[in-house]
Amino acid sequence: MLCIYDFTPLTQAIHEGLSESLGNDLAVKVIEMVIVGAIFLGFFAILGLILVYVERKVAAFFQQRLGPMRVGFWGTAQTLADIIKLLMKEKLVNKMADKLLFNLAPFVVLTATAMAISVMPFAKGLQAYDLNIGLFYVIAISSIGVVGILLAGWSSNNKYSLIGAMRSGAQIVSYELSVGLSLLTIVILTGTLQMSEIVESQRDGWWIFKGHIPAFIAFVIYVIAGTAETNRGPFDLAEAESELTAGFHTEYSGLQFAFFFLAEFLNMFIIAGIGATVFFGGWMPFHIGNWEGFNMIMDFIPPIFWFFGKVSVIMFVMMWFRWTFPRLRIDQLLTLEWKYLLPINLVNILLMSFISLMGWHF
Amino acid sequence: MKAIITYISEIIQGVKSLLTGMKVTGYYISHPRKEIITQQYPENRETLEMFSRFRGEVIMPHDGNNEHRCTGCSACEVACPNGTIEILWDRIPNEEGRKVKTLDKFVYHLSMCTMCALCIPACPTDAIKMGQDFEHAVFDRSQLTKILNKPGSKLMEGVE
Repeated sequence: MLCIYDFTPLTQAIHEGLSESLGNDLAVKVIEMVIVGAIFLGFFAILGLILVYVERKVAAFFQQRLGPMRVGFWGTAQTLADIIKLLMKEKLVNKMADKLLFNLAPFVVLTATAMAISVMPFAKGLQAYDLNIGLFYVIAISSIGVVGILLAGWSSNNKYSLIGAMRSGAQIVSYELSVGLSLLTIVILTGTLQMSEIVESQRDGWWIFKGHIPAFIAFVIYVIAGTAETNRGPFDLAEAESELTAGFHTEYSGLQFAFFFLAEFLNMFIIAGIGATVFFGGWMPFHIGNWEGFNMIMDFIPPIFWFFGKVSVIMFVMMWFRWTFPRLRIDQLLTLEWKYLLPINLVNILLMSFISLMGWHF
Repeated sequence: MKAIITYISEIIQGVKSLLTGMKVTGYYISHPRKEIITQQYPENRETLEMFSRFRGEVIMPHDGNNEHRCTGCSACEVACPNGTIEILWDRIPNEEGRKVKTLDKFVYHLSMCTMCALCIPACPTDAIKMGQDFEHAVFDRSQLTKILNKPGSKLMEGVE
């Protein structure tokens, strides 16, 4: 880790510069919040554009197709065209819908996503809010998204929407448990919930290697439960096209639909980001024991590339799941969680605590 | 105890079958050149090759001397279920002066053809076959009525 890639002096300088020119502590805080918010909104928009394109391409290649090819070089402008189309679409509201909740729901979903991303460590010092209970905060916040989905389903005044929302609720409530417990398996080793500290604890090796088999099992469970929590296939029961048309966002159109769509992809990014931070060392470069030369070369790659590289690998695996596995029925979904993932997870935590107690981890 | 063994073996079996599936799709994505079957149609027009059993339209092959194999027997016209083919024939005297039934015009209404290809096996002299061309869009309906025998063409030697 080279010191030139440390973002702390940069953010510190911005903070000091603002404090000097304004003098008012509150004004500085507000301006900083606005800056961070604007950066994240821009980041969301770009990330959404890229992720939708990548998802479509990856899906196509998994299904022996080419995917979007017409708009721009290899269809790169396709998502941009889609966004323009969605922006120009009319906003329709169901006549008997609960207007307030109906319009509120997409914002709740997106707000939950935005709150969760705020503790994501992109690089050293490049973190919006380094909470000392960061991981706990993420686990707590990520379940607020389901409130938005339930609101959307309820306020649409549509049976399909309601069934979709209820399924989504049942799914997220059960799979949250697995996400939390699998992250807890690693927290036993790190001894902290602070995101920057978790990354720091992996300076000499990522937890997935240091934690032996239990860490690997925890990661597998995390990816499965994370896929379920983002309502993606093979767990996309909330928007099962064949039975529920589009599930909870059946009645939405235009920009509001785009919000739900965006939130799904951003949730995937957050799940992958947390997974990368906890299991794969976040922005920490890949190091092998005493190979000084190799470690030096790895250090030269900026941490932000490491972070996004790891995130994209996990996201690719999640896309691989989506385009390979057949969809689960709702009872199979709950069976998988309560009869398989949860017991395995608990035994895994026990195993990990034992390893941690005996000091067998590296 | 037995229940636990069943439980664990179920998990192992499940993971194994899921990995098998992932292997298949993983092969697809790692070998895009070999596996992708999508054709970029208007771009690949020059090199596009339709599969051999594709039925695009009824055509009548002519050889280098502008000769075809159709005797004008009307078997295809009879075989056609929806009146797509009309054979206009004539009695034209041959070298010996005997009047012989000869094809005048093989009228093919593409607009009515369902590409069932029942006319192909009906032909006793293999004069017609299904072509591979599928770009039949025209601006005038009359252009869909085609005369398959080329002007000035005559029956191939030795075809009865």
